[in-house]
Amino acid sequence: MDHFPTNWGRPKYDNFDTSATYPLHNRGQNQSTTSGATQHTQQPIVTGTSVLAIKFKDGIMIAADTLASYGSLARFKGVQRLHPVGDYTVVGASGDMSDFQYLQHILDGLVISEETTAQDGHTLGPAEIHEYLSQVMYARRSKMNPLWNSLLVGGVKDGQRFLAYVDLLGVTYSASTLATGYGAYIAQPLLRKAVEGRENTLTEPEARAILENALRVLFYRDARSINQYQIATITANGAEISASLKLETSWGFAEGIRGYGAQTQ
Amino acid sequence: MFRNTYDSDNTVFSPQGRLHQVEYALEAVKQGSAAVGLRSKTHAILLALKRSSGELASYQQKMFRIDDHVGIAIAGLTSDARVLSNFMRQQAMGSKMVFNRPVPVNRLVSAIADKAQVNTQEYGRRPYGVGFLVVGLDHTGPHLYEFSPSGTSFEYFAVSIGARSQSAKTYLEKHFESFADCDLEDLIRHGLHALRETLQQDKELTINNTAIGIVGPAGVHEGTGTSVDFRILEGPPIEVYLQTMQLKEVPPPTAPTPAAASASASAPAAPPPAAGDEDVQMSE
Repeated sequence: MDHFPTNWGRPKYDNFDTSATYPLHNRGQNQSTTSGATQHTQQPIVTGTSVLAIKFKDGIMIAADTLASYGSLARFKGVQRLHPVGDYTVVGASGDMSDFQYLQHILDGLVISEETTAQDGHTLGPAEIHEYLSQVMYARRSKMNPLWNSLLVGGVKDGQRFLAYVDLLGVTYSASTLATGYGAYIAQPLLRKAVEGRENTLTEPEARAILENALRVLFYRDARSINQYQIATITANGAEISASLKLETSWGFAEGIRGYGAQTQ
Repeated sequence: MFRNTYDSDNTVFSPQGRLHQVEYALEAVKQGSAAVGLRSKTHAILLALKRSSGELASYQQKMFRIDDHVGIAIAGLTSDARVLSNFMRQQAMGSKMVFNRPVPVNRLVSAIADKAQVNTQEYGRRPYGVGFLVVGLDHTGPHLYEFSPSGTSFEYFAVSIGARSQSAKTYLEKHFESFADCDLEDLIRHGLHALRETLQQDKELTINNTAIGIVGPAGVHEGTGTSVDFRILEGPPIEVYLQTMQLKEVPPPTAPTPAAASASASAPAAPPPAAGDEDVQMSE
């Protein structure tokens, strides 16, 4: 019998402590709770769902809701999943939120060392940020320890719009509409229909309406989504991330649904 | 044995506050044959004088390509230059890989300056015995930098390093205000005139002993396919540029006219070619 509750449910260290007679604080330094083994991410824990992004006349627009789920539990309802990097770029993240917070830390450090410290007029644009992220993501997956995210990187620099995707495998691609997660199935067809061929004529209000509509459809269909969202707009004037906004929805149609749920007839 | 006390160790200051080993390293740069750099609004160019160790020997390499957009000319120990230029190439590749961006030229120069500075401070090391002129093109335009073994780097409109480089500097200081608006051909001509000043009495620039490095749009004598990338011109292609050179101003007669005398009195006279300048003899 192990009389130390701190040992319960933990692996035994047979070479060192056959009967688990030492309490945790008396064990050797190298006897961590994981018995010295390196742990790698096997699955995401607290997750964000889809991120949507489109090109429009003056730049890039990225949208994400503000929910961080713990499994199917809507655990954190006010999490910002859009992160500005430098003056020209916004990164939107779905997937593991702790890995995203780590990436935000890395990117903030990058901006400090590359721009704030150097101050030589060589700033990082969205293309550079995206390349950097793809290298980080691919390096981590090659260590069998990926950062469990799908990221959209968008921005405008030197009059050039940039929008691209990178994920936990280091896969990258670029298009005038992008969506991660469930949104890649539900929202992407809607975005393509609304945007493709009109990238250079869509106005900012039109682009916003397209994204809001896609977010609304996702809120109806995606059980890991919430009706609060933020939209980042990146134009030649810089990046602006909106406050948390509410989606207008109507559930009157639910009355007529039959076949499952609590109805008796 | 020693020229100075306090010079056997680069980590010890002399009572005058100098690091003699570092100063000797700067002398190594002055032993190398001259290199000249100039910049206009569109181009940055390098010109260098190549030495050959004998009639049957090839000429030393004075210019190195670092990346598509950066090149260097060296004066001093070629082997030290290879170490530093390999480092610069690695930095350039790193920038391409991590950010998919050509490395900013100023950061490249700062990186080697930082490397050189360490060698002036840590015990058991020696400073690099080589100086660089670095030209490069990035999105802030064409640039020209000087790097020296003391760990300093400066940006210039025009500069020269190496043996007798003071004579070239004198020429450049006289003409640099016109460089900004020069086209490539005029810039090269000015560069050749400056480089010519570093020659010994009976020597002249030839297609064999001259190298020209360019970043910026193609000139009229270059192929239409030439991009803005750094390129090194040597041998027959530079003949056309050598022919544009104008005859050297005749040195003033021993008895100068009163007008010339007053002009030279008002402007600081060019320092005479240093008598004690122990230039390595060119064997060509």
